[in-house]
Amino acid sequence: MEVEAVDEGTIGKILVAEGTDGVAVNAVIALLLEDGEDASALDGADTSSGGGEPAPNPEAEAPKEDAKAEPEAPASPSPAAAPAPAAKSDGERIFASPLAKRIAQQEGLDLAQLSGSGPHGRIVQRDVEDALASGTGKAKPASKDAPAGAPKASEAAAAVPPAGIDAGMLSMLPEYDSVPNTGMRKTIAKRLTASARDIPHFNVSADIEIDQLMKLRAELNGREGADYKISVNDFVIKAVALALKRKPDCNAAYTDDAILKFKRADISMAVAVDGGLITPIIKDAGAKGLATISAEAKELAAKARDGKLQPNEFQGGTFSISNLGMFGVKTFNSIINSPQGGILSVGAGEQRPVVKDGKLAVATIMSLTLAVDHRCIDGAAAAGFMKELRTILEDPLQLML
Amino acid sequence: MADTNYDVIIIGGGPGGYVAAIRAAQLGFKTCVVEKQHMGGICLNWGCIPTKALLRSAEVYHNMQHADAYGLSADNITFSMKAVVERSRGISKRLSGGVEHLMKKNKVTIVDGTGKLNGPGKVDVTGKDGKAVGTLTAPNIIVATGARPRALPGIEPDKKLIWTYFEAMVPEKTPKSLLVIGSGAIGIEFASFYNTMGVDVTVVEVMKQVMPVEDEEISKFARKQMEKQGLKIMTEAKVTGVKKGSDNVTVSIEDAKGKTQEITVDRVISAVGVQGNIEDIGLETTKVKTDRGCIVADGYGRTDEPGVFAIGDVAGPPMLAHKAEHEGVICIEKIKGLDGVHPMDKARIPGCTYCNPQVASVGLTEAKAKEKGLDVRVGRFSFVGNGKAIALGEDQGMVKTIFDKKTGQLLGAHMVGAEVTELIQGFVVAMNLETTEEDLMQTVFPHPTLSEMMHESVLDAYDRVIHM
Repeated sequence: MEVEAVDEGTIGKILVAEGTDGVAVNAVIALLLEDGEDASALDGADTSSGGGEPAPNPEAEAPKEDAKAEPEAPASPSPAAAPAPAAKSDGERIFASPLAKRIAQQEGLDLAQLSGSGPHGRIVQRDVEDALASGTGKAKPASKDAPAGAPKASEAAAAVPPAGIDAGMLSMLPEYDSVPNTGMRKTIAKRLTASARDIPHFNVSADIEIDQLMKLRAELNGREGADYKISVNDFVIKAVALALKRKPDCNAAYTDDAILKFKRADISMAVAVDGGLITPIIKDAGAKGLATISAEAKELAAKARDGKLQPNEFQGGTFSISNLGMFGVKTFNSIINSPQGGILSVGAGEQRPVVKDGKLAVATIMSLTLAVDHRCIDGAAAAGFMKELRTILEDPLQLML
Repeated sequence: MADTNYDVIIIGGGPGGYVAAIRAAQLGFKTCVVEKQHMGGICLNWGCIPTKALLRSAEVYHNMQHADAYGLSADNITFSMKAVVERSRGISKRLSGGVEHLMKKNKVTIVDGTGKLNGPGKVDVTGKDGKAVGTLTAPNIIVATGARPRALPGIEPDKKLIWTYFEAMVPEKTPKSLLVIGSGAIGIEFASFYNTMGVDVTVVEVMKQVMPVEDEEISKFARKQMEKQGLKIMTEAKVTGVKKGSDNVTVSIEDAKGKTQEITVDRVISAVGVQGNIEDIGLETTKVKTDRGCIVADGYGRTDEPGVFAIGDVAGPPMLAHKAEHEGVICIEKIKGLDGVHPMDKARIPGCTYCNPQVASVGLTEAKAKEKGLDVRVGRFSFVGNGKAIALGEDQGMVKTIFDKKTGQLLGAHMVGAEVTELIQGFVVAMNLETTEEDLMQTVFPHPTLSEMMHESVLDAYDRVIHM
């Protein structure tokens, strides 16, 4: 976001690098030098938040004498930005009730990190209280990351566009647009890199015949007065939850001390959204009927696309499903959504030649690929889960039990 | 019945039911209301509205009697109870007709008769003659059957000597003396009405204060004012027995100290609360659960039976028309799947009582706030410090505000005095927008109005009051 400095001068020091996330409103981001001052005037500058009570800063106290030696230089510089109304990183005003603002201020919450559930997305008391309860949105004091005098900040700022590719290589690449990474992109990059690096993935695939499932689906959706439209994915969600119940070893997460075996299957479903993806959760999917799962999946996907998911709707989950079947993809592998132990990749259902009783026949086949964390789920367990999943999907009446 | 299939069927055409019906129609649902008596329900026909008509007559009568205080003179001031009642009935009729017109305008079908669930998705309708009219079907059925007067054992209303609000609303003649059991909104409003009309009225309340749900300070203030007007009030007292005469009733009352006394009055009004109409509406054909006389429903009116919803009085307290209306809208919008539908925050439902002086409130009382362990700041402002109140000749009253000391959240607002039922909405809006004391202090209140006292009360909570 662009912030105009209201005071004149030259930038003496940048404290918060360009592109830094989670900078608290009113935190000092840079120091200005007035006419005739040189960089030494910055010694002992108070870099705590511009607004409110400045935190006691022993370093700021000590060199006061330097300031006296140069009577022109004020001991504390003008903050680069005047106390501004709460604003998102893209400069949009944040709509929040006065009470929500006050509680956020008292509790050190950054409103920019919350989504509002009030009219037109206004942040209201319950949102702030939910955030406090779940521990999200704590404002990070940006000045802590950039101690006074550290040259790190400006170097990082200069290196923003080409980070990750060396300059020589960059010069040989064709012309490009540099699209700054959003918070979501950074999270995806961070989490999937960690997962791919730290989790020993292995894959198990199976081709599932879904002719019966398609028939049952058509019957259910064709019923008179049906106010639902169940998708193949809804069947898969329910079947996975049921298979996890029968094979609880695959409904697990690895920790250094223990393997956590969950007593309920909360299914995260990958939803593509503008600029990334998010995984809203169908909680306790095994206990829900197909129509309920279908309605919930639709509602969550719509909320995800509108950016209206509440944290409790996408945080948590014990197992993930990613479905690229609608793009005609036959098979693919997914990266585990840690700390979960497994993720199922669902391909397109398509007619394929199969051999039945020694004869060639045509069947509707859907290829499934399971990726699991080998630290907590072994090969036999993964295979057993796939067998169970096949049993259910090929005899979908089991879902009604 | 020409048409029997609907998207939404609402059983009961009271304020909850008919408002839900209009909202449903607005959202494109094919909607039907089954009503056994008259559109508008108790509120329009036997509750909120006709009592306000009676109380307005009482107010004008009172003002005429005190004309000299305004430099006017009036002699021979009398009234005809028959005419007062006729005016009240006429107003109910006019509004009930208005609701029927609204139904027509919104293409909502009204089915005359008594609706009864026949399993999920079906409603059997019986006509006024007791004959079956037919069966309606809809995937969404909203039960909005309201409530009726509760009766104390041994003091069951007989419509002649022991009245409920039904009989109290249409007295054939003015009784000379009256005993009102219960000092909730219904009891105290009738007590106030009859007292102003010259009846010797005694109110018996089992709790410690009149209008038990209100803030104690406000209740005490109102009680003092009413006693000044001649109303006799006994709290922590209970009626232990009634002996009916031919045209009077002798009532035994046990007071706080356990002493029993007998009072003979012309009529008794039993106003000991209301109970949900859950009987004989076919709930047993569904999975709907009930608890203490009301249907168990969640914040969106959903019961344990998918497709069956409950709103308003039958869905539990507070039993107020505006709560029913709001629940109806939330219920329909949730059925439609609209975005941003939240359950009603019952802590922000205002309450209004139209006795003289009027009482209005929203949010927590001071005692409740303290009970919750909240650290509070309390502001008070008296009507005697307000120019408009003095000019009106209504200088008795108080505005009390309660704030959370830490966050400045407006926790509650309580008022007693002239026109406070119209004032409270200012605080309700403020509370819903989640204001803090600061926003209220920075708000400009017009002069000269009673509303300035709201501002002053807020200022007082922060030791900044101007006119005291």
